[in-house]
Amino acid sequence: MKGMTLIVRTITDFVVGFIVVFGTYIVLYGHLTPGGGFAGGVIIACAFILLLLAHGKEVAFSKLGENTAHFLDSAGALVFLLLGWVGMSAGWFFMNTLPRGEQFSLFSSGMILPANIAIAFKVGSSLFLAFSALAIFRRRSFRAVIEEELT
Amino acid sequence: MMVYFLCLVLMTMGLYCLVAKKNIVKKVLGIVIMDYAVNLYIIVIGYKTGGVAPIVEPGMSEGMYARFVDPLPQALVLTSIVIGLGVLALMVSMCVRLYEKHGTFDMSAISKLRG
Amino acid sequence: MESITPQLYALLVFMIVGSVIAIETRNLLSAVISVSAVGFALSVAFLFLGAPDIAITQLVVEVLVLIILIRGTILIDNTAIETHRDTLAVVSSLIFFGLLLGFGAMIFASEGFPEFGEPLMRVSKVYVQTGLPATYAANIVTAVILDFRAYDTLGEATVLFASILGALALLRRDGKVSRREVATA
Repeated sequence: MKGMTLIVRTITDFVVGFIVVFGTYIVLYGHLTPGGGFAGGVIIACAFILLLLAHGKEVAFSKLGENTAHFLDSAGALVFLLLGWVGMSAGWFFMNTLPRGEQFSLFSSGMILPANIAIAFKVGSSLFLAFSALAIFRRRSFRAVIEEELT
Repeated sequence: MMVYFLCLVLMTMGLYCLVAKKNIVKKVLGIVIMDYAVNLYIIVIGYKTGGVAPIVEPGMSEGMYARFVDPLPQALVLTSIVIGLGVLALMVSMCVRLYEKHGTFDMSAISKLRG
Repeated sequence: MESITPQLYALLVFMIVGSVIAIETRNLLSAVISVSAVGFALSVAFLFLGAPDIAITQLVVEVLVLIILIRGTILIDNTAIETHRDTLAVVSSLIFFGLLLGFGAMIFASEGFPEFGEPLMRVSKVYVQTGLPATYAANIVTAVILDFRAYDTLGEATVLFASILGALALLRRDGKVSRREVATA
């Protein structure tokens, strides 16, 4: 699919970096301020969707290819499951075993930070994949579908 | 009590749109409205009068903990919102496929069984 | 401590009016935009109710809902003309929903139902008191979904994975091509 006009493309080039950084901030500080993995993952997906809509699918897929997105999606879910098994070794499923630092600092609270990052990868890449599949879906007309069925 | 009743009215309107309209996109919009109404109801249940958001700040005394709103409904709704988005993506892709196969969005024309 | 009930009533009335417009209008683009207005008002309502986490999530999810709905359904069929009205469905649904609203009003006005503004908080008392000392996470909601109740978050990740997989499988084109190549080979 083709992109949009010059004004939209210029503004996108300025803004898309800030959106990714903001999304990463919301993911990383999810245990101290409102946010967390889900909201931050959706924000990062919005940045890539903005690239797809403004520049077209070649540029967007060169930044985050389809196979890479599938891999990140599955890897995020598997890492979250593995964190549960790590907790199993010390007590029960999903027990928080990694060291907790001091309160109110970034690298604190054990397993919550890696879990937030895994969820952000999962949610962000799967939403980008779903939207790109919907956007590049070539809409053939009704007559072309009937003719293809008959041949 | 009126707040609960208005949430129920919103959900009933979404349910009416799902049941009594023929266009399949209107049915999808009905499901979206029902989603909003249920999430709002769950969070309204957990609200405490004069409450603040359940985020602890450094140097907060123990007495402030009594002013927090209920964090458990918020945990339920957080996952529910993102699941609603995933289910909407699935429904819209079904709509696109149905349009490609039948040429219309009208449910009464689609649901006639053929051959 | 002022009460937020007037603002909440105003937002709820706005949402009900917006959904009435979304249900009854014939233009599909207007209906989608009305539903998005309802979603944005919902995000403001979450801010009033003391849930900033949920307000951020609802806002960004609402943007994605809007562009997915516009991209998927608007380009083709811009109006929803109904050929004939299904009277039986409309009348029966109105009767049943009237009954539902009546029963709901009876339940909400009964004795044991907690008032608006006084939650029961039997389980959450433990979470609020021991959230910070037990998990060192200042955001109690994150502590609940990723430490106290992490199993539910695993279920949520699975549901999201399955639904996106279904959407991707529906929008694939390769099936027909490979079947035709196999048939002609």
